[in-house]
Amino acid sequence: MTTTQSAARGTRPLIEVSGLRKVYAGRAVVDGLSFTVAEGEIFGILGPNGAGKTTAVECVEGLRVPDAGRVRVAGLDPVADHDQVTCILGAQLQESELQPKLTVREALELYAAFYPDPADWRPLAERLRLTDKLGTRFAKLSGGQKQRLFIALALIGNPRVVVLDELTTGLDPRARRDTWQLIEDVRDSGVTVLLVTHFMEEAQRLCDRIAVIDQGRIAALDTPAGLISRAAASTVMSFTPSVPLDEEALRDLPALASVEHKDGRVTLGGTDETVNAVLTLLARHHITAHQLRVSDATLDDAFLDLTGVGQS
Amino acid sequence: MSTATLTRTSPNRAVLRTELRLFGREPAGLFWIVVFPTVLLVILGSIPSFREADKSLGGIRLVDAYVPVTVLLAMIMSGLQSMPPVITGYRERGILRRMSTTPVRPAALLGAQMGIHGAAALCSAVLSLAVGRIAFGVPLPRHAAGYLLALVLAVLVALALGALVSALSRTTKISNAIGSVVFFPMMFCAGVWLPVQAMPGALAHIVAYSPFGAAAEALGQAAAGDWPSWSHLGVLAVWTLLLSGAASRWFRWE
Repeated sequence: MTTTQSAARGTRPLIEVSGLRKVYAGRAVVDGLSFTVAEGEIFGILGPNGAGKTTAVECVEGLRVPDAGRVRVAGLDPVADHDQVTCILGAQLQESELQPKLTVREALELYAAFYPDPADWRPLAERLRLTDKLGTRFAKLSGGQKQRLFIALALIGNPRVVVLDELTTGLDPRARRDTWQLIEDVRDSGVTVLLVTHFMEEAQRLCDRIAVIDQGRIAALDTPAGLISRAAASTVMSFTPSVPLDEEALRDLPALASVEHKDGRVTLGGTDETVNAVLTLLARHHITAHQLRVSDATLDDAFLDLTGVGQS
Repeated sequence: MSTATLTRTSPNRAVLRTELRLFGREPAGLFWIVVFPTVLLVILGSIPSFREADKSLGGIRLVDAYVPVTVLLAMIMSGLQSMPPVITGYRERGILRRMSTTPVRPAALLGAQMGIHGAAALCSAVLSLAVGRIAFGVPLPRHAAGYLLALVLAVLVALALGALVSALSRTTKISNAIGSVVFFPMMFCAGVWLPVQAMPGALAHIVAYSPFGAAAEALGQAAAGDWPSWSHLGVLAVWTLLLSGAASRWFRWE
């Protein structure tokens, strides 16, 4: 919704990446990546480990100098205009820590002093449920508390965009869900979010649009629903037929993506059309389908389909 | 937001204040830099023979010769033993990288660490001089300006050496290991086992070309009332330039 609003206003995208390339030791880790992020969007970068996700966002954060291509944040170059970009971009890095004996309050005060127009850290700490941990040293915080502190530090400069890299990795499911709610709150407060993740569920729940990256390139870029419907098998049905099915008849089913037989149970991947055709076929032959289950494919299925991880 | 009403702290001062607090939370570091050298002086000074004039030292007492040695010991503890693991740890933990994503450069963190360790070494030097004077009647440096100059150069060379160790160490373990390996020759040159003035001629000559050997000579001369010889000050300056040049050449932020 926000996407269309900003498009209607004719504003340029907040983040523009085009033809981004980064080579390490002769290997292109990021190879011709292009995408844009609109203001107010939660944009996901999804991909298997080593796909180049982190390298790509590090170029957006100005931590790495691209070998080729163009990166702009609000029209600024993250490397050349480092000082301005760091004022409007808050980052949470993968595998970064703070001084072990620094307390939560000290960390918030310190990072607030880095910015020309910082947010008041007290309401921020309250929002991130850190108020009763203000006197606790970083080393004594739990994984979830550390991540919440890093979200607070990413927001303390009143940024227009935050980059969150594998934010929920290592969190228990409860803390992960809490963090998702926080990310939605952040977006609702008007901050654009660039989210790097390898959790399908997380991307599907949070992102307005997702770039699926594989081997340094964009394999697909769409809304979560768009990505799922793009996968070859968007619907999966399974049942146990009362009599064995004729293989030939199954093969002629429309839009069939996969057939699997196991212990008398048949699993078919395809579309709604496939499902209808199967039901018709069964009815015509007076076959009963026991324990019939029809489910939508998830982003998981789409992801495996798009990146080819499942095949290899 | 009502941020305009809040008093703004300058980023560099905020970093310095934070690092100073953290430094205060490391009692072991404080002990080895500020307390230990003076404790050593007190122990040595309590030995009666250390308080007798010694001909091989040109008529001064061993305890007199040990004041500059403990002063240098503080520099070595601070610059070489205490600082490199902190800086290497900051890099290892991604603290420098995290800071690179803010408007403040992580160099501010290194500057604060060097400033604090330098200041701690100087405090330790003052304590050592004061205890030497009060407890054992060791005269204060007769050439104050010369002594101060030698002291400042010695602090700088210790910090430069520590910076190079931090630059060359990928992990805290490595920086601790390099620190310990370099520690003993540096302590020897500073005269911890045998004051430079008491070393045989050829050895003293060679040691005078090492950073802490030159510093020991310069401090000794200024303590006796002479302006430290330019050759010793020059050796210190050249080491400082070489070491800090190498450190900035090889330092990695991540």
